[in-house]
Amino acid sequence: MITVIDLKIGNINSVSRALKYIGIEHILSSNPVDIDKAEKLIFPGVGSFAEAMKRMRNQGLDSALKQAVLSRKVPILGICLGMQLFASIGEEGGKTEGLDFIKARVAYHRASGLGFRLPHIGWNEVEHNDLEIFDSVPEKSCFYFVHSYEFIPEEQIETGHTNYGVDFVSFVKKNNIIGTQFHLEKSQGVGLKVLSNFCEDKF
Amino acid sequence: MLRNRVIPIVLLDGYSVVKTIQFDIRRNLGNPIVVSRIYESRNVDELILLDIDASRENRSIDLHTVEAVSCECFMPLTIGGGLKTCQDIENALKAGADKVSLNSIIFENPYFLKEAVSVFGSQCIVASIDIKKDNSGEYVLFSNSGKDIKFSLEECLSLLIDSKVGEVLLNNVDLDGMMTGYDLDLIKYVSSRVNTPVIAAGGASKPEDCVKAVKAGASAVAVASIFHFTSITPRICKEAMANAGIPTRI
Repeated sequence: MITVIDLKIGNINSVSRALKYIGIEHILSSNPVDIDKAEKLIFPGVGSFAEAMKRMRNQGLDSALKQAVLSRKVPILGICLGMQLFASIGEEGGKTEGLDFIKARVAYHRASGLGFRLPHIGWNEVEHNDLEIFDSVPEKSCFYFVHSYEFIPEEQIETGHTNYGVDFVSFVKKNNIIGTQFHLEKSQGVGLKVLSNFCEDKF
Repeated sequence: MLRNRVIPIVLLDGYSVVKTIQFDIRRNLGNPIVVSRIYESRNVDELILLDIDASRENRSIDLHTVEAVSCECFMPLTIGGGLKTCQDIENALKAGADKVSLNSIIFENPYFLKEAVSVFGSQCIVASIDIKKDNSGEYVLFSNSGKDIKFSLEECLSLLIDSKVGEVLLNNVDLDGMMTGYDLDLIKYVSSRVNTPVIAAGGASKPEDCVKAVKAGASAVAVASIFHFTSITPRICKEAMANAGIPTRI
């Protein structure tokens, strides 16, 4: 069973609707017990880094997630803030420790210093280097983004890139940990395809 | 490269789709779910759904409609109409909104924007402002719910910047439904003042208008009448933009 982690902030139902549409059974939960039992995890999220970490700690979700992802090696897909929370440290809403699944920090997007408007909102190309999870998705397909902070890895991992003023990391993969800065559930056909690839173990 | 968006706006009078002229005369265009389904099949970049009577009638946009639309549309959805509290926003998000458009509440409670941004993040909050020219030709803010607005345009823009809203939906009321082209001066002015994306609305008559609006500084163009009443589709607008060297997603 797939567990979709619900921190009760933002639009989590969109992911659930997208999964339903492509016929994938799943549960929505913020209960550590459901994370202990999960065979796969999807971690969507919008909102602020600090607020999300606070909610996770209050519910004991951070330790349940660490146990599942680092010890049991359960595949996890983080979307937008969900991916950002994999980092060691986040700068949104004050410096906050993240889940530290990937040595990385999350900082205000460098495009701001280059005269680009933030948030980075809209459709932008992803150079995904034909990684397996993008099976049947053409290189440089457009996905939907809405974010002001970017994920900056500080260790060697597989990445995909997008350009907004600068090339930034819009996709990460480290073993069983996968993250997309873009919203799969809002990227129409290509987004649903990546979501179903994850559910069908193509990664 | 980030693409400039073409966004259909669907206006509701509670339950039916309507199109207004200068926020006044209306034509009924049927069921919002059917209309949204057509846009979904056309792979539009985004959809904005606004209930234009909600604030005046002291209610919020019907969330069953929002939910029905979001079950079929896997594109970003912005919802507006009578949203006045964080609970209203949370309910709209639960029903499937990705972003919410705030309008009347900006002037009823100027502190609310900041509160909404701190809870839901900048990326979730769109400030929708309606503007017209007064008798002396100055831009003034217009209230669709008939309330007196004490802010000047300049004060309003400062408020939006201070509150860190994620986007500005900029509508010229005089040009609404007129199909005579966007107010390019207004777009130029507002997009040079704010650092967030600006969505231009009000007046598109042909694909070239979308080109002009983007060149004036808009990150996205919102379109209603020409999609409802003419054979022009979002794709035709985007092709015109692409031909003019503007990045679009076709």
